[in-house]
Amino acid sequence: MRASSQLLGLAFAALLSGAAIAAEPMKAEVIHWWTSGGEAAAVKVFADAYNNAGGQWIDSAIAGGGGEAARTAGINRIVGGNPPTMMQFNTGKQLDELVNNDYLANLDAAAAAGKWDSLFPKAIVNASQRGGHYYALPVNIHGANWLFYNTKVLADAGVAEPKTWSDVLASGPKLKAKGVIPFAHGGQSWQDHLLFDAVLAGEGGSDLYLQVYGKDAQAAIASPKFKHVAEVFKQLRDLMDPGMPGRNWNDATALVITGKAGFQVMGDWAKGEFLAAGQTPGKEYGCAIVGADGGYVMGGDVFVFPKVKDAGGQAAQAKLESLMLDPAVQIAFNTKKGSIPARTDLDVSSMDQCARKGAAAVKDPAKQLPAASYLISNDENGALNDVITQFLNTPSESVDDFVARFAAAVEASG
Amino acid sequence: MSKANAPSAASGASMRWRRQIPAAIALAPAAVIVIVIYIGAMLWTVRLSFSSSKMLPVFDFVGWQQYERLFNTERFVLSTWNIAVFGVLFIVACLIIGFLLAVFIDQNVRFEDAFRTIFLYPYAMSFIVTGLAWQWFLHPELGLQKAVRDWGFTNFTFDWIVQPNLVMYTLVIAAVWQASGLVMAILLAGLRGIDSELWKATRIDAIPTWRVYVSIILPMLRPMLVTASVLLAVGVAKLYDLVVAMTKGGPGLASEVPAKFIMDNFFERSNVGLGSAAATVLLVTVVALLSPWIYAEHLRPKGARK
Repeated sequence: MRASSQLLGLAFAALLSGAAIAAEPMKAEVIHWWTSGGEAAAVKVFADAYNNAGGQWIDSAIAGGGGEAARTAGINRIVGGNPPTMMQFNTGKQLDELVNNDYLANLDAAAAAGKWDSLFPKAIVNASQRGGHYYALPVNIHGANWLFYNTKVLADAGVAEPKTWSDVLASGPKLKAKGVIPFAHGGQSWQDHLLFDAVLAGEGGSDLYLQVYGKDAQAAIASPKFKHVAEVFKQLRDLMDPGMPGRNWNDATALVITGKAGFQVMGDWAKGEFLAAGQTPGKEYGCAIVGADGGYVMGGDVFVFPKVKDAGGQAAQAKLESLMLDPAVQIAFNTKKGSIPARTDLDVSSMDQCARKGAAAVKDPAKQLPAASYLISNDENGALNDVITQFLNTPSESVDDFVARFAAAVEASG
Repeated sequence: MSKANAPSAASGASMRWRRQIPAAIALAPAAVIVIVIYIGAMLWTVRLSFSSSKMLPVFDFVGWQQYERLFNTERFVLSTWNIAVFGVLFIVACLIIGFLLAVFIDQNVRFEDAFRTIFLYPYAMSFIVTGLAWQWFLHPELGLQKAVRDWGFTNFTFDWIVQPNLVMYTLVIAAVWQASGLVMAILLAGLRGIDSELWKATRIDAIPTWRVYVSIILPMLRPMLVTASVLLAVGVAKLYDLVVAMTKGGPGLASEVPAKFIMDNFFERSNVGLGSAAATVLLVTVVALLSPWIYAEHLRPKGARK
């Protein structure tokens, strides 16, 4: 009885293969945390592309900025045996344990077909692979060390676009004299860490950055150059306003937009705030990568495909794997998201000035710097957040104390 | 006498037992939940605190390693100190203010209902709302400080919320604002239960009113004070949402609390082992603080009292 009905079904499918797909679309349930206005518009690019290709995109957006809620929900479902078809992660170490416990599908076939090895920057390839096999599909690159500035405020104070962090520090008194906050900052530990990494990459240089988050961390942390980075970072505190602690990043961006502040260091997602205020890069605001090496700190998002047993789910995954890297989809998605395409072979001339600068930096292997989250565990990242935020907010803490605490945190969690 | 009594006693016992069956059935689900979920989860957490679990629970055994790291983690040590300061100030302030409010309302003031509602109102709000409102109110560039400066007092400074050594007191202020209404409600119920004859007697003896409150009424309110203290103490141990909404643990680490340390390690930092160790330390501390009281109130033989 069952066998015959299955046979019948097979015959049907063979006869009406095209129609069958249309009648029963491949369902793909996707967990992600892109819920804000611009992000939701961006993820809709994927959803529309998938629906147009005959699938059915089931959106499981779980709000919560950093994505902890979405990741927790997704991990619980994967471990509990009811995985989604596809799930968002930040590029980096977050997925190590899922790979080690064999929860994620191997993407080598799709990678070979799409020539991923040559498509993405080396750091992105490394972050998407575990033991030489692909387990994650990168969809974008976020620059995390952009210095945004209000062009009018800088022009009024006679400050040029900074090339180095010394330039930024030197501009402080001029901006203060004009009655503006020189440096808008959101005093939350992840933002403190993001700013520290921008100074580390810019003032310490790409080599030091990679060493501090690499294998030989202790020697790099003990170096005079690292101490110098810490000094510059601490001096930035003098350019910030008293309302800094606890501030949200977008509130800090608003200070730059409204001309109450000169600079802010933030990831390129801040462009969404400028865009919403009707400002365009190069006109009302500018963006710069500070530092001689021009290292571009790359964060980003990937999708992983949990192992599913049913053929329908596997077909949906195969479809998604090829579709999300489609050139037109990549450009449309990243334009809305504020990031740049994960693949470096695309024509980005339709994107804004900052995105073009970023895409140019990413093409140069010497400027590709992986974000700290690619290189160190969540645990170590969090421990360093604590050390860095305490240093920035404790006027009495000396640079030497900070260096010792930094080294101890790496030792304990690394 | 004894012959006649025996069967009736037996049937009484079985009657009592039979009467208890529905009660036992009704309580069974609650008992199962308590044993399996609460105690089970507690033991599970203690077990994980001795493992090297990172993002997913693993069941190896690493001894006291997580605890060693925990007590070498500055943030945790700071969190414990913060919660101690917060706990003492919060409970004492709530009891004093709550008692004064209750006494005030008990004077048969006019519009008593309106006052009672106003004082109790903050308690109806979630800590998240309280935290956000106080964050705006205390923010030096948005709230009170800015308003007073705009009125012309340009030297006025009230920026505790951005001062690392004062920020814990702002949390105490917000929490006391929220919870003292609850203490008032509990103590007011107690005051209303006091016989008016007692007041007449003290008036005849010409005892000053404040003396009556301190020496007679307060001891009579002891059960209510205990209830209020326990409720407040529970609020201290689980303090989390107020901190997240108001200061996010900052400036720096100045307002970190243990519950936030635990949540961050569990969910943000993929560090289940360390988070479990911190949760276990919190549990042990709470049990250690409560057990003398539980013993005194419930377990000590009644005859031994006083």
